Formats: sequence, structure tokens, C-alpha cells
Amino acid sequence: MLIIKDLYVSVEGMEILKGINLKVKPGEIHAIMGPNGSGKSTLANVLAGKEEYEVTSGEVTYTGEDLLEMSPEDRAREGLFLSFQYPVEIPGVPMVNFLKTSINEQRKYRGQEELTAGEFLKYMREKMELVDMHTKLTNRSVNEGFSGGEKKKNEIFQMALLEPKLAILDETDSGLDIDALKTVARGVNTLRSPENATIVVTHYQRLLDYIIPDYVHVLYQGKIVKSAGKELALELEEKGYDWIKKEMAV
Amino acid sequence: MSVLVEKADLSLKYTGHYNEVKDLLFEGSSHVLNAQRNKAFQDFVMQGIPTRKNENYKYTNLQPQFLPEYKFIHQREEVEADLNEVFRCDVPQLNTHLTLLINGWYYQKNKEAELPEGVILGSLEEIANTNPELIEKYYAQIAKTEEDPLVALNTAFAKDGYFLYVPKNVTIEKPLQLINLLQSNKDTFATQRNLIVVESGASLQLLLCNHTLDLNTYLSNSVTEIFVGENAHFDYYTLQNEHNKATSLNSVFIQQERDSTATTHTSSLHGGLIRNNLKFILNGENAESNMYGMSFIDKKQHVDNFTQVIHAQPHCQSNQLYKNVLNDQSTGAFAGRIHVMRDAQKTNAFQRNNNLLLTDAATMQTKPQLIIDADDVKCSHGATVGQIDEEALFYLRARGIGEDKARLMMMNAFAHEVVQEIKIEALRERIDDLVDKRLKGEVARCHECAYNCEC
Repeated sequence: MLIIKDLYVSVEGMEILKGINLKVKPGEIHAIMGPNGSGKSTLANVLAGKEEYEVTSGEVTYTGEDLLEMSPEDRAREGLFLSFQYPVEIPGVPMVNFLKTSINEQRKYRGQEELTAGEFLKYMREKMELVDMHTKLTNRSVNEGFSGGEKKKNEIFQMALLEPKLAILDETDSGLDIDALKTVARGVNTLRSPENATIVVTHYQRLLDYIIPDYVHVLYQGKIVKSAGKELALELEEKGYDWIKKEMAV
Repeated sequence: MSVLVEKADLSLKYTGHYNEVKDLLFEGSSHVLNAQRNKAFQDFVMQGIPTRKNENYKYTNLQPQFLPEYKFIHQREEVEADLNEVFRCDVPQLNTHLTLLINGWYYQKNKEAELPEGVILGSLEEIANTNPELIEKYYAQIAKTEEDPLVALNTAFAKDGYFLYVPKNVTIEKPLQLINLLQSNKDTFATQRNLIVVESGASLQLLLCNHTLDLNTYLSNSVTEIFVGENAHFDYYTLQNEHNKATSLNSVFIQQERDSTATTHTSSLHGGLIRNNLKFILNGENAESNMYGMSFIDKKQHVDNFTQVIHAQPHCQSNQLYKNVLNDQSTGAFAGRIHVMRDAQKTNAFQRNNNLLLTDAATMQTKPQLIIDADDVKCSHGATVGQIDEEALFYLRARGIGEDKARLMMMNAFAHEVVQEIKIEALRERIDDLVDKRLKGEVARCHECAYNCEC
């Protein structure tokens, strides 16, 4: 589904990613872990199409197509979803309008009929239950006045509505209490299917107690330095990132 | 050198014109209006046509607008066409009948609006002649000719406009709709003088729309004096929708007595050059004033909102919120002066001006000004000039919303804060729709015109 080959990315002239290689197949959950500043969020953002990130070399193929050539909106319409680390507040854009526009733009792209207001509201209510989304939040502007946890929940709520093929969760666990973490994980697990894949980007192992990954990759200084099964996460938790740093130094 | 000559010529031209048409101006007019004329014209000559040298017109030079050879209408003209047929308002009708004015003159074939007993709505010229006592007390009392050249020129030329009188404790349930039309066979200079008296305990909402009906060059110079009595409520909505060859100069003065509320809401959708002068005088305790404004301009359009709020009495509140969206090479200005006088303790005065520049060529000047002579007051002001938030734009795009649509959503969101202050639901929905069209670059025409010109 996603093949990243030797990807180099710079931000404002600074090289952040230095040769990333990664393959993600349908049905898989990959965890990307690493210390702060290792390039995890850069990877997530570059996949979503953020323009400040300059790809200096390498290629990314998504469902057989050149992902890097696609606009951010087309990536989303092709089923790629980024759960933002810091979701932005957009005062004046009502949540319901935003969600309806988002869904219908994607449906239009795929040649499906747009949902009517009634159909959309019914669909939205179904998904709200899944992540315990409260109407007090859907009645506001996008993320406006949401707490940190509510913003993250809102990301998973959008993911539930959009049913992406490939979801990238960028530090979705940061700033969540244990109940919110469980809710978010339940959302992700419910949406899991043999057709779609998830990349969980995280600093801590905690989330991986609830979302069990198939593969764990350690990103350090812009490179994936270690890849293994879910047991790697536990090892990291136990030994800390210093273990990787020391190993790298050797 | 040539510019100097031109300026001198321009002043002479207007002086010459005044002397030439003086008899026409005095003829048929009430002594109430005539009593002001000569002094007003002297005040105009003293101050001259505003240029950037005039501190209050620092961002709007009006000399070029006064240059064309205009036709002046100093006497009532017969309007042959039935304007009710020519012009159709697309804003859902709020009252049974629209009240029309043409080139500043009250249209004589107006059908009567639905009004409660005692309310008067009619031609200023006519009522000043038949009932001067209704007008005398108020006319030229707050629009002072020595303080502004446009007011001075208007007072010198003033013949007609509308007069609206709402007696004590009368509530007009349905909003009144007044339409200013510009329509002529030549480039035209229109003068309009209005007076609104809302007596104590009375209440009404007024919607005013400005339109051009053909492609001639227009300059309209209007002055409106509004008196809001004790515990009265007055909402004044303006929708400006004129073409790029129109200069719209509007001076509105509102004096409020104790416990009254007055709100102005100005939507500048289209126009070549728009200058809105707005002055509030809070003349009684516990009065509340609200000023909202938004503009959407492109090409070489220019919008300048100039507000003054005089807090003369304690325990009053004023709020100002102005937002502008500027595209292409358009230019905008906002200057807001709040003056809290010595006795106006416990004043709350707020002002905010936010501007969105869509191109590098668009420019915005914003100048808040606080003058505070009392010591126990709460005042704040703030201004921003910025571009569309790129982070938010990316967020929307990352959810599959195309760039153009995402931008549009952001612009609508920006304007929304001002749109939502429209308290008449049908009007709010219509303006929401017009704003959306305007932002999409479609012609946001809020009326149908039988002439089918591109205006």
C-alpha cells in the first residue's frame, strides 16, 4: 500500500530525514517510535503533503501512485489520513459544515453521490457514539475551545467518518489521560480491517498496549535504525532510547 | 505645478457652481434648510475638498473623485420610468413596500410602507416645508459644517432625502427598507440629506441599500442625522452594492440619550470608492452603541471606514468590530477614534479591526485612537492585518477539501463574526449568501435591474 524508498527531507535547509525505507501492507499496523527530534512528525507531515517540507530525494508510492506528486487534498481523497499532533482551531468554520464538506468532497472525487444534510447527520451521529463525541463539541467551530484531549478525540472522530485506507496517527496519545487513550484506541481498533493500514507515530510505548502493532520501527537521527515485532516497543520502554543511542554509537 | 493649478481650479469650479445655482438651491426649500446654506458653503471653501493633508482623510484623497464634469440635480426631476418595475430587490422583502430614493431625492411614486400610527416617513423637502417644527430642532445640530468638508458641501447643496419620525413608545415591528438608487443619463453628483428621529421608548430596524442602475460615473454625498431618545432602540443596516465607477460618501451622525441602544451594521459588498464617516455621541447615561462593518473589495476598489465615538456621559458602552477582505490591488483604511470625556466615568469602550489581505498588492491602513480624559474607564482596541492562516488551510486540505474551497471557507469564517451580528434573520441569510458569492468572485448582486447593464 505504501512504499517509502530512500526518502530525504529538509525543512528550511536542515536535513531531517536521511534515507527512510518503509513498506506498509493492507491490514498492518506499524509503530514508529523514537526520541524527540528524530524526525517522526516530519515523516507524518511529509506523507500528508505539508508544503514546507522539501523532499530532496527518494520516492513514495501509495496504492501504486507517486504520492509526492499529489496535492494534500488528493492524498486525503485517495484515503490517506493524518491525525494531527496539534490540530488547529479554525474559528468561524462550524464543525458540522467542515465535516460535511470534507466527506462530500471525498465522495465527489470518488464519483459517489454527495450526502444530503439529513443523511450526513444520521451518519455523523453513528460515528459520534464510537468515540464518545459530544454534541457540545460538534456544535462549535472546528477545534475551537477544545481541550487537548478533545482535539485528539476529534481527530479520531474524523478518521471514523472518513474511513481512510491509510491512517497516520501523529502522537495521538500525547496529552491524553488513560480514559481518553482507551477511547481513542477503541476507535482505531474498531476501524481496523484487512483492507486498511495504520501508522502509529509515538514517543511512548503506552498507546501500544491498546493498539497492538505488527511492526515497530525506531527512528533516530532521520533514519530507521531498528525494525522488529511488537516486542521491540516493550524493550524500548524498559531500556529507554539511550539504549538505541549507545548501540548506534558503537 | 499643474497639480496645484488643478486643485485651485477645482475649488473655484465648485465655488462658481454654487454661485450659479444658488437661486435654485434656495427655491422651494424650507427656511430650515436655507438658513444653513451660505455658512455651510463658506465652511466648505475653508476646508476644501479632502486630500491626504486633511488628517481625517489621511488614507483617502477625494480630489480625483470631484474632478469629473458632473450633472447636479438641484431641483426635483420627474422620473418617467416606474422604478418599482425597473428595480427589484432580491433581499427578501421585510416590509410590504420598499421606499425608494433616486439620485438622493425621495421618489414621488413610492407606495406607502406599512407603518404604525403617528410614524412619518417621507420627503425631507416636503416635510420641512409643511411641518418645519418637526425638523428645526434637529437639522444640522450634530452634523457640523465646520468639522467636515463633506458635511459642509452636503448642507450647502441639501434639498431632499428622507425624513423618518417615530413617536414616543412606538415600536415598528417590521424592518423598514429604504433603497438609494443612482440612475441618470449623465455622470451625476447626488446629494442626499436625511433625518431620523426616534423618540423615547420607540424602537425600529432600518435597512438601507445603495445601488447604481447604470454605468455612469457617480458621486453621492449623503449626510444622515439620527437622534435616538431615552430608552429607544434603533438598528441601522446598510448594504453598499454599487459599481466601480461610483464614489459613495456617507456621513452618519447618531446622538443617543440615556438607556438607549443603537447599532449600525455596514456591509460594503461592492463599490469604486466608499468612505463611511460614522460619529456616535453618547449623550445620556447607560447608553449602548454598536458598530459593525465588513467589506469585500477587489480590483482597485477603496473602502475607508472612519468612526468617532464620543463618550460624554458615564456608564455607557460602545463596541466596534470592523473586518475587511482585500483582494487584487484594492486598498482599505480604518480609523477609529474613541473619546472618553472627563465626566464619562465607568465607560466601557471596545474596538477591533481585523483585515485579511489576499494578495501582496492589496494594502490596508488601520489607525485606532483613544483619547481618555476620565480615570475610571475600560477601553481596548486592537487591529490585525494578515493573510489566510496557512496551518488552518492545510488542515482543511488534509481532509480532502480543495484549496479554493478551503480558502473560501476560511474567508467566510473570517466574515462570519460580523455577519452573525445581523439580527434580522432573513437579511442575515441573504447577506451570508451574498458574501459567499462575492468571495467566490461571482457577481454578488442583491437586486434585479431591468436595464441589464453590467453594474
